Amino acid sequence: MDWWLLFEITVAGIGTGGLYALTGLAFVLIYKATKVVNIAIGEMLMISAYIFFALSAGMGLPIWLAIPGALLVSGAFGALVERSIIRPMLGEAPISSFMVTVGLASILVGLVELIWTADQQRLPEFLPNKHIQIGQAFISPKIFYGFWIAVLLIGGVLLLFRFWRGGVALQATASDQAAAYSVGINVPRVFALSWVAAATIAGVAGIVVGSIGGISSVMGVFGLSVLVVVIFGGLDSVLGALVGGVIVGVIESLTGFYIGGEYKLLATFSLLVLILLVRPYGLFGKHDIERL
Amino acid sequence: MPGPAPVPAIVPAPVASSAPLLQVEGLTLAFGGVRALNGVSFAVQPGTITSVIGPNGAGKTTVFNTLSGFYTPAAGRITFEGRDLAGLAPPKRAALGLARSFQNIALFRGMTVLDNIKLGRHCHLKSGPLAALFYTPAARREEESLRQEIEEKIIDFLEIDHIRKAPVSALSYGLQKRVELARALAMRPKLLLLDEPVAGMNREETEDMARFILEVRREWGVTVLMVEHDMGMVMDLSDHVVVLNFGQVIAQGLPADVQANPEVVKAYLGSGNVEALRARFQAARTKAH
Repeated sequence: MDWWLLFEITVAGIGTGGLYALTGLAFVLIYKATKVVNIAIGEMLMISAYIFFALSAGMGLPIWLAIPGALLVSGAFGALVERSIIRPMLGEAPISSFMVTVGLASILVGLVELIWTADQQRLPEFLPNKHIQIGQAFISPKIFYGFWIAVLLIGGVLLLFRFWRGGVALQATASDQAAAYSVGINVPRVFALSWVAAATIAGVAGIVVGSIGGISSVMGVFGLSVLVVVIFGGLDSVLGALVGGVIVGVIESLTGFYIGGEYKLLATFSLLVLILLVRPYGLFGKHDIERL
Repeated sequence: MPGPAPVPAIVPAPVASSAPLLQVEGLTLAFGGVRALNGVSFAVQPGTITSVIGPNGAGKTTVFNTLSGFYTPAAGRITFEGRDLAGLAPPKRAALGLARSFQNIALFRGMTVLDNIKLGRHCHLKSGPLAALFYTPAARREEESLRQEIEEKIIDFLEIDHIRKAPVSALSYGLQKRVELARALAMRPKLLLLDEPVAGMNREETEDMARFILEVRREWGVTVLMVEHDMGMVMDLSDHVVVLNFGQVIAQGLPADVQANPEVVKAYLGSGNVEALRARFQAARTKAH
């Protein structure tokens, strides 16, 4: 057994896991605040990558302008989705809003194929491409920097959660909507804010994921693994998303290398079956999560 | 629904010494075909304790939900300090000075008692996300001390200092109700809406709560409107009692007058057996003393 190789594969897995965790965080944010299971999180990530593609490669904007631009558009897109198709579903059965997000996912894929075709595209390079070496292990620079971007962003979001009044308002809304509304928290605005924040966070993940593996209309498959991550960690648990992200990332990386790339998703979904059998509410989830 | 809502034959606000703090006029609300409220009118005078009573399903909580803005009435008007509340969302009403507690305790589970109470301040704070991150130390200290003062005052007053760091879900029912009252007080209310403040409490807890409600009025100058089933408490505490049945006000006035009203007796017992109800009220009173 080559221990350095194992180390290398594991670190690469943790790197991808960071991005799973980041996207998982976006998912949990929406679920916590609005109780909507957003199946379209992978497609929202994809659309952000394409917006970045359009701004940088298409319109020729410099990277330092294209990234904030793409994130701004992504956030606005999140607000649009919330206002136009999620808000009207308020008070409907959970399965209804879930189905709406399934539809949203299809629409986004169709939109991307109509505008940019289904072909794979490359995002402009913006991460340093010098290999990182630890001992005898080499780590892809994109995964390395992608991981740290994810860690910084997750840290920032958690701080905001803890110390900003709006973060506390979100927690209160997640806990009891009626009570939150009556103590003066603007619950509809918390809903909108959670979608904007989630869309922006997913946007960051999209740009990083796209720059690692290229972008295409099937990029939303990334969202499938994220779904496993959040079910594994518990739909409403931020900590669960972080731990779950890293675990799923490492499992996929190890499976991909030692068994074969085509078995990655098999491993991921075997994990899903296992966790659903043992702890249906996830590692850190609350017991009273509703069944769809 | 054509024409004005049928107004029951009662005269609202009997002896109005000053302008009422809250005025409800002809409130009508329907869920599907069910008339939940039908021309409900009453007034709450400043500095009083007003109780809304009535059999189960009479529409008491519906009145509260309409007052705090969860339901939009089909007809009628709610004025608070002379201001029409129509179209105002719950947070706006909270900022105006309407605070409420819930029949089934609605605390923020997973948070501590202190955090729950602090959230009551939410409607009066204005800092944005950037202000939170780049807060000047002086401004922070100032707000912190102000917040602390209020919290100490409320926490001391309600005798919950020993549980301030405890998660609310670990508390007894009576204490949870008390924390809910504390959170409502942190909102600096002018009118406190209490939905069954002593429901499910034992006698000692009930007496504590009754004491707190009286003190809230006396020391904090907060006007109280409550829904309560405990007749002993209603009769002891209230200055004014409003009786609802099937979404209509069937009587209102002084506690003693309401007790003697045959309409009220009928609503509660389904017959005209006045003696039986008198006995019940009497029993409830002696129990409360």
